[in-house]
Amino acid sequence: MLRYALRRIGGLIPTLFVIVTLSFCVVRLAPGGPFDQEQTLTPLVRANLDRLYGLDQPLSVQYGHYLRGLLHGDFGPSLSQRDFTVSELIAQGLPVSVVIGLCAILLALLIGIPAGIAAATWRNQGADHGLTVFAALAVALPSFVTGPLFALVFALTLHWLPVAGWEPGAPRYLVLPVLTLALPVAAHLARLTRVSLLEVLRSPWIRSARARGLGGARVLWRHALRPALLPAVSYLGPALAYVVTGSLVVETVFGLPGTGRYLVQGAIDRDYPLVMGMIIVYGALLLIFNLVADLLYGWLDPRVRHE
Amino acid sequence: MSEAAVPGGLWRRAGRQLAGNTATRLALTVLILIALVALLGPLWSPWRFDQLDWQHLAVPPGRLAAHWLGTDRLGRDLYVRTLYGVRVSLLISVLASLVSLVIGVTWGAVAGFAGGRTDEWMMRFVDVLYSLPYLFIVIILTTLFQRGSIVVLLLAIGAVGWLTTARIVRGETLALKRREFIEAARALGLSNSSIVVRHIVPNLLGPVAVYATLTIPQMIIFEGFLSFLGLGVQEPHASLGNLINVGAQEMQSAPWMLLTPATFLVVLLICLNVLGDALRDALDPHER
Repeated sequence: MLRYALRRIGGLIPTLFVIVTLSFCVVRLAPGGPFDQEQTLTPLVRANLDRLYGLDQPLSVQYGHYLRGLLHGDFGPSLSQRDFTVSELIAQGLPVSVVIGLCAILLALLIGIPAGIAAATWRNQGADHGLTVFAALAVALPSFVTGPLFALVFALTLHWLPVAGWEPGAPRYLVLPVLTLALPVAAHLARLTRVSLLEVLRSPWIRSARARGLGGARVLWRHALRPALLPAVSYLGPALAYVVTGSLVVETVFGLPGTGRYLVQGAIDRDYPLVMGMIIVYGALLLIFNLVADLLYGWLDPRVRHE
Repeated sequence: MSEAAVPGGLWRRAGRQLAGNTATRLALTVLILIALVALLGPLWSPWRFDQLDWQHLAVPPGRLAAHWLGTDRLGRDLYVRTLYGVRVSLLISVLASLVSLVIGVTWGAVAGFAGGRTDEWMMRFVDVLYSLPYLFIVIILTTLFQRGSIVVLLLAIGAVGWLTTARIVRGETLALKRREFIEAARALGLSNSSIVVRHIVPNLLGPVAVYATLTIPQMIIFEGFLSFLGLGVQEPHASLGNLINVGAQEMQSAPWMLLTPATFLVVLLICLNVLGDALRDALDPHER
């Protein structure tokens, strides 16, 4: 297990390097620059600005400079929000985004997996059918529809929760954004768990466990559940990717000071360092989370470790 | 894909299975209705999607005969704007599916047919793209180029939608290229490129086209997502995404501006998903 973990951690660094290099190339090769929209700039001012931010240097020099900065945790200055460096913006926004994302994933696990187990246990009964319909709805509807609708119903009509905003340490601001992000993931997890648990319950080793006289609950908890959770675990990586993309919408809808809106605004303003910094940070988060999911998978299914 | 050898059997059985299901029939009917209304509905209204009516700003639905679904803050007719938005969203999603179909089939067929090192690198590239959150790629692409251009939007959405198609096509190609008729084509002296174009691709198109129609709801969501964030279709043009975005900003005083386009999107997505699931079940040989 330890060797497997070390090997997987070692694989992170080249992947991260590829992400950095690719995002640098793509962002820099595109037409248009960050100062294009400011038409009042005289050529001299423009040249000075370019020099200040190093944009007049050859690309290879800029790349080397950028890599060196990264090693010190320096993502460069933000071109659109001139008073801040990208690192400062990330440091401000990331805690909010991470809290919301992790809460959403935890909530999705807490709802989705028990719901899936329940649906498989009481197969083809009312609860199962209800879950199937609900899950189909939750999976089909994107966050930019559910988010505003939740706000309309729970905040503007019922006045249970605030419409938007953020206060550190005030969980009521978290409820709607987390719910919006968690529902589709929970629905997906419930579906996966239901299908795989049903399949496992039909397998020969479960039949033999039953033949040895084990009761239904014991078979479920001791024998069936662990292999049945594998698909749900391997969905965790895509789930985080989903939550991350969804957070762009949710942070806009609920006015949260997270990093998602920096990515969108940075992209609109062609703020190279900001966009790249966001991509690298999100890329690293996704890689780490995928690693955790893989290790969990390896722990649940020992066959994976020995490949 | 042994069924591909007798396409009539597979397709006919799938068709019968689809027609026999009430939910599927209902979804198909609603979908056709929405498409027809989106196409023809605006013709019966005197308003254009970007026409302002200064006498009637932010009128709720049902208040005025002239604007029966209400107006927005600039007095634009919401009936016309919503239908126009449905039209744009449907058009973009269908075209984006086509774009992703073309890229995916080309990529997958070349990789599968070439095999060896080429195949390995091409599919590794697909794996890398898979591991990135696709909407980030779309966001980067749309903003690097001209924002709001429908062509860029199409290419950007299509550019991330082709990955699964490429994988399916590669797998099918690997199976196809060992078949006798390919060997016969080679024996007749056909070049690699004409074997791929004339013999591999036509044999792939059936299953892949079905898969491409399954991606349409996904494409509608992509488009809506981008337009919602202000990166896709721009004002005064309308798509379901940017109508919902404007509606979400106005929902405190004018909730109908959110509810009308949201209802259309929800119904559209549910119908497409019901149809997609039924189609998948009907064509999936494992289920029988």
